[in-house]
Amino acid sequence: MLRQLGWTAAITLIGEEPLPPYQRPPLSKAWLKGEATAESLALRPAKFYADATIELRINTSVARIDRAAKTVTLSDGCTLSYDILILALGARARRLPIPGIELDGVLELRSAADADRLKAALHPGARLAVIGGGYIGLEAAASGRALGAEVTIIERESRVLARVAGRILSDFFQTFHRSQGVTIEVDAQVAALEGINGHVTGVRLGDGRLVPCDAALVGVGAVANDELAREAGLTCQNGIVVDLAACTDDPSIFAIGDCTSRPLPLYERMGRLESVPNALEQAKQAASLICGKPAPTPEVPWFWSDQYDLRLQIAGMPFDATEIVIRGDVASGKFALFHLTDDGTVQAVEAVNASTEFMGGRRIIAKRKRLTRARIEDMSVSMQELAA
Amino acid sequence: MPKITYIEHNGTAHEIDVPVGKTVMQGAVDNNVPGIDADCGGECACATCHVYIDAAWLDRIGLPATGSNEASMLSFAAVTQPDSRLSCQIDVTAALNGLVVRMPEGQH
Repeated sequence: MLRQLGWTAAITLIGEEPLPPYQRPPLSKAWLKGEATAESLALRPAKFYADATIELRINTSVARIDRAAKTVTLSDGCTLSYDILILALGARARRLPIPGIELDGVLELRSAADADRLKAALHPGARLAVIGGGYIGLEAAASGRALGAEVTIIERESRVLARVAGRILSDFFQTFHRSQGVTIEVDAQVAALEGINGHVTGVRLGDGRLVPCDAALVGVGAVANDELAREAGLTCQNGIVVDLAACTDDPSIFAIGDCTSRPLPLYERMGRLESVPNALEQAKQAASLICGKPAPTPEVPWFWSDQYDLRLQIAGMPFDATEIVIRGDVASGKFALFHLTDDGTVQAVEAVNASTEFMGGRRIIAKRKRLTRARIEDMSVSMQELAA
Repeated sequence: MPKITYIEHNGTAHEIDVPVGKTVMQGAVDNNVPGIDADCGGECACATCHVYIDAAWLDRIGLPATGSNEASMLSFAAVTQPDSRLSCQIDVTAALNGLVVRMPEGQH
């Protein structure tokens, strides 16, 4: 982005993982199922970095930022100076403070290395316990079933996707996963992970029952990697606080992606978004300011998840929504849920196998349009008309 | 290797050798050609790799099938035309040597 917008000075890309930048969304899907290659996973081919004169320093983390001297100290002891520093630190999997969490076979899913460990545990007949019914858990469950594993999802709340979706969508996904042979335990506390010879053999629930397993995937949310920024004295509150140009309270330091708490102009509040489109939007915001280009128009946040042959696409966020209107037929597996506020403003659209509704929803939300229940439900009114 | 010409909205042309098996989108992204965002990485989930197919190639490449996911996504993409396609859905083959695609004014 910086190179495209005309930045000609040196760029150094520092990453602690052993791989050059790669795409994370396929890790729970195509990569697990063996449908992706290392080459297709790479965000850019190796020659890209040379062509764009970007120095890549992988296997290296940053130990410290010295804002006064404008330097970063690397894990290998080197010090680099900067004019502009961009923090794209991501998030890490939340760890459960329960006995047995350190056992072999207790896995998380953030990195390619995590995905490889999970992949090795998924084979026909293998028993996978998934702790947490969020997107990661559900996608891993779907991939696990495709590979012939027996999957049990253990969810603390009364429904899967409780934190990120409405009840209708939760019920739909719960029913669908069960129809694919996944066992789902809701309202289930995890008391401990049990093991023999250091390897996990089961998940002990709060009510005393044991879910036997050969591997347990913990997917209970993510925590912003904001420690480096905190230690440097930058304002952090559930992530590094940035403005609409992705700038922190130090004008030379930007932060983008899952590690930030950012303004959500459509919703007039701050929020931390865990999504690829968000990271790309903030990259564009930062690069535009750094290169002296006009600020990009704020985008409607959006998310997607693929499970089995279901494509879920979500436009917007259902803040302050008080009403859900269904367009289409939930039982048919092709429908969209419109989340409206009291005055009929569309805040979010959750679309299952309904890309037109998703795309139209983005436009409707961007315009802050108000719609009535009757018009949304009426399939003889096209999305083009609804969005007009 | 098939040669594909990507023409930015401002007229700047980029002639790129794209390996068979990649998509037209990947050819642009891999070579830092501006104008194709490809936010979703090629999953047909975002409609930000939208291009116009040169008239001479439209017959060979064709349009997305009515009711297809690509057609649905394109129905609300920015500034669509009758020759619009999502470039992540076009696989590069030897037969596409010489293909010319143009970028819309914006992808968002």
